Amino acid sequence: MSCHVPTVLEPPPIDDVVVPARNTLRTVILVGPPNSGKSTLFNRLTGLRQKVANYPGVTVEHHSGRMKGIGRPDLTLIDLPGIYSLATYSEDARVAVDVLTGRMPGVPPPDVILLVLDVVHMDRQLMLAQTVFSLGLPTMVLLNMSDQLELRGGKIDPLTLSHELGHPVALISSAKGTGLELISSFLNQFGASAGERPQPLRLPVLQSPAASRKWARQVTDRTNYRAPDAPVWSRRLDSVLLHRIWGPLVFLAVVITVFQVVFSLGQPLSDGLGVLLTRVGAWAATALPDNWIRALVRDGLWNGVQSVLVFLPQILLLFLFIGILEDSGYLARAALIADRAMRAIGLNGKAFIPLLSAYACAVPAIMATRTIENKRERLATILVAPFMTCSARLPVYTLIIAAFVPDKRMLGNLFGLRASVMLGLYMLGFLAALVTAKLLNSSILKAKPVPFILELPQYRWPTLRGLALRLYDRGMLFLKKAGTIILGVTFLVWIFSVLPVHGGQFSSITDSLVGRLGHWIEPVIRPLGFNWKIGIGLLSSIVAREVIVGTLGTLYGVDPATHSLGLQAALRHDMGLGGAIALVVFFAFAMQCTSTLAIVRRETNSWKLPAVQFFYMTGTAYVAALITNQVISHFIR
Amino acid sequence: MMLSEAQVGQSGVVERIDLSEEVSHHLAHLGFLPGASFEVLRRAPAGDPTVYRIDGVEVGLRNETARCIVIEAREKIEAAR
Repeated sequence: MSCHVPTVLEPPPIDDVVVPARNTLRTVILVGPPNSGKSTLFNRLTGLRQKVANYPGVTVEHHSGRMKGIGRPDLTLIDLPGIYSLATYSEDARVAVDVLTGRMPGVPPPDVILLVLDVVHMDRQLMLAQTVFSLGLPTMVLLNMSDQLELRGGKIDPLTLSHELGHPVALISSAKGTGLELISSFLNQFGASAGERPQPLRLPVLQSPAASRKWARQVTDRTNYRAPDAPVWSRRLDSVLLHRIWGPLVFLAVVITVFQVVFSLGQPLSDGLGVLLTRVGAWAATALPDNWIRALVRDGLWNGVQSVLVFLPQILLLFLFIGILEDSGYLARAALIADRAMRAIGLNGKAFIPLLSAYACAVPAIMATRTIENKRERLATILVAPFMTCSARLPVYTLIIAAFVPDKRMLGNLFGLRASVMLGLYMLGFLAALVTAKLLNSSILKAKPVPFILELPQYRWPTLRGLALRLYDRGMLFLKKAGTIILGVTFLVWIFSVLPVHGGQFSSITDSLVGRLGHWIEPVIRPLGFNWKIGIGLLSSIVAREVIVGTLGTLYGVDPATHSLGLQAALRHDMGLGGAIALVVFFAFAMQCTSTLAIVRRETNSWKLPAVQFFYMTGTAYVAALITNQVISHFIR
Repeated sequence: MMLSEAQVGQSGVVERIDLSEEVSHHLAHLGFLPGASFEVLRRAPAGDPTVYRIDGVEVGLRNETARCIVIEAREKIEAAR
């Protein structure tokens, strides 16, 4: 990256935005810099009843909720993304300015602003205040983390500060829940008749960072603010956790624990939940008449619900860990340690944990990319993650390897041939991810390289309340936003696999629309060494990769030529080695997972990225499988 | 002298930031402004990024970014290690 000569920051032209006057207080906006404890405060003020959506056309999340936490359910609180300033360089800041000036479609114009600042770093945090005040709205300044200030010997006089700023100031602690009553009394003073809006909404007046900093420094000087000393133990901890030798060791231990738990505990939990749900479904279905209704409810709808719910254990476990890592402050250190290695593949240190969890499942991994603030890096990580060998690929891999790869030992019993093929498939996925990341870096996403700037927060104990809220938030978000898409698609694919109806009964998969489509695409997949049965398997596994095993079992089971054989023997009878290896290679690359597509759609708020991902991955898979089959068939026999 | 050349344990004052407007703006809000004093705290185990302490806050920057920040170093303070 090259250095640039800075230019002077030009404030945008100021124009007035006219908003019809209302005389009741309705909308309160929470503004604050990143790491000011804003989200914790938002949770305190609203309780669990919050709505999460995306602002139209952008990836920025819109959190809003009724202020039930302080007994004002009549007021809507909107949480803006954490921003350092209102200069519109980032998507976050553009959204913030649009909401604050009442120009965001679907969001009511603000009546009152609550400005949250981390009182431990006032000089820096106050830089945002001046621009927020220039909006001309009634604003209360909330000095958060007052417990930390006190604990570490800092000092601030809210009354003097309030005089200096010309706005009410309250010392609060969102972690401890103290000082919230000051917010209520501030809001209560507007009463039921807040009077006319003093003036139309204004655009913010921007200052250069140097000028805001100077102003902030003057304010803190005049009000005798004393920043607390950095706690010594936090730095001591860093000298171990970022140590040349101990640092990477602790990092590895943490990473292995996260992976082990998500993979080894999450997987059996998901499987167990799946079995349980199937039993419940089967039991409940006996209450239904034994015709198409039962099949529709049990195999169509209930299966769809099941395919959504089985993701929950892994999502919750991963987010429990990410919550602990992020809230304690270790996540930033982990990113610092991983950065050098991640840079080699064109990503930054923050992509490490999401990519690692993608080995268990891409769905929670893509949700976890939220910890990457940089939008470009986040998109790159989302694009790359589904190439990691997720656990849903394993059933196909094991089936094909067991059926086609002889159980031979190599290099004097050191390696098994089967294990080597499995390892090779893992490497293949990783290589695909690496090449994709490199491609992204040198082309589309290159346009605006943004340097990796990492703030290292103080270490802190994560709170149970904070973790619980995070799990609830992510769990609900997954169920509501991605779950509905997954359910819909699963149901649709099921419908296609049983239609048309013959004499009141659904078709078997061979005669269904999916079956016909499988026959129809045979010429396309023939060069890959796949027959029509594999074609049907591929189509049915668009819902989830592991579905192909069940589908093939059904297909070979009903075929008189193969029904006496086991599935492995039947496959050997029906496919060449080239086609079989091509099949696992296809699965290593292909985007055979609508849940991943749904979560990408949800996280990026557009169908563009999932579409690109689907065609790119499936295209690569086709070409790779074609080459594999042609090469193997050419050399063997 | 560039920030990337400062040794661990060394401190100094930021003179100028030769980065794009957007990046300078972000850095400025983290405290990287002309006149701000900093200290080089430690390097990541792989040698890069480096952690700087700039007015009470610890910020990690890659070498490629730090070499676009002009500084004036104070004399080197011997690191404890």
